[in-house]
Amino acid sequence: MVTVDESELVTRAKAGDLEAFEALTTRYERRVYTLALRMLHNEHDAEDVTQETFMSAVEHLDGFRQESRFSTWLLRIATHAALKIIRKRKGLDTISLEEATDPAPDGDTIPHPDYIADWRQSPTELVHSREIQRLLDEALETLDEKHRLVFLLRDVQGLSISETAQTLGLSEPNVKVRLLRARLLLREQLTRKLGDARTRLIRNHNH
Amino acid sequence: MKCEELLKMLNEYVDGTVDPTVCEEFEQHMSGCNPCQVVVDNIRKTITLYRNGEQYQLPIPFRDRLHSALRQRWQEKRK
Repeated sequence: MVTVDESELVTRAKAGDLEAFEALTTRYERRVYTLALRMLHNEHDAEDVTQETFMSAVEHLDGFRQESRFSTWLLRIATHAALKIIRKRKGLDTISLEEATDPAPDGDTIPHPDYIADWRQSPTELVHSREIQRLLDEALETLDEKHRLVFLLRDVQGLSISETAQTLGLSEPNVKVRLLRARLLLREQLTRKLGDARTRLIRNHNH
Repeated sequence: MKCEELLKMLNEYVDGTVDPTVCEEFEQHMSGCNPCQVVVDNIRKTITLYRNGEQYQLPIPFRDRLHSALRQRWQEKRK
């Protein structure tokens, strides 16, 4: 299959070409759905978010100025739609997610790495395995929502610290603390499963 | 730099936004501290794995509904 350039498809879709729009949908629907599923942990809600995202794209395509990538634009719409559901679940429409998820300010406790070992395989070797996909999701599910959301937006979606802060209504220092905790917690869990026990190292606490 | 301080600077180091002088101290510490070196490597791999991991397939009935709803909305909008 010949891969058509994203911006060419967008230009054609903006000119009214439905086929181009469907090609864009087919290209990105799995990313949108996966993001929503990971944010919401509910298939039905993830479907709603996916549908709302692409419907909104039909609606606002004329206003999309092609200054950012189409995928970035879509994922931003999806993130906001998913956050709306999260807020609604908590019975909140106006209170910021910061207050909702975190009545007490984050302490600065950093989880200390415990299981330290080289991984048996490289990410490239691991990436396409079903079993790994399950492992990644199980690890994500053990995080608090406040850590999971920051990790998903910053590290999976690739938003900057300040974009993540804006999207979630958090301060940048708070985003950084949550991100650090999330990364360390996920590292710990994945390394316990993927680490090579023969290379396990014990930290010297006086260091 | 101690392990504890390195942990606090981990985000900035991994994201490449750390101040050059701090970066030098960071790397100096790592060259003498194998556990910290492995932790940094583990974190990088963790992020790569999540970023490049497999995406879920849409359930087929949902995908069909989605595409037909989009086609319908598209036609209405362009009447």
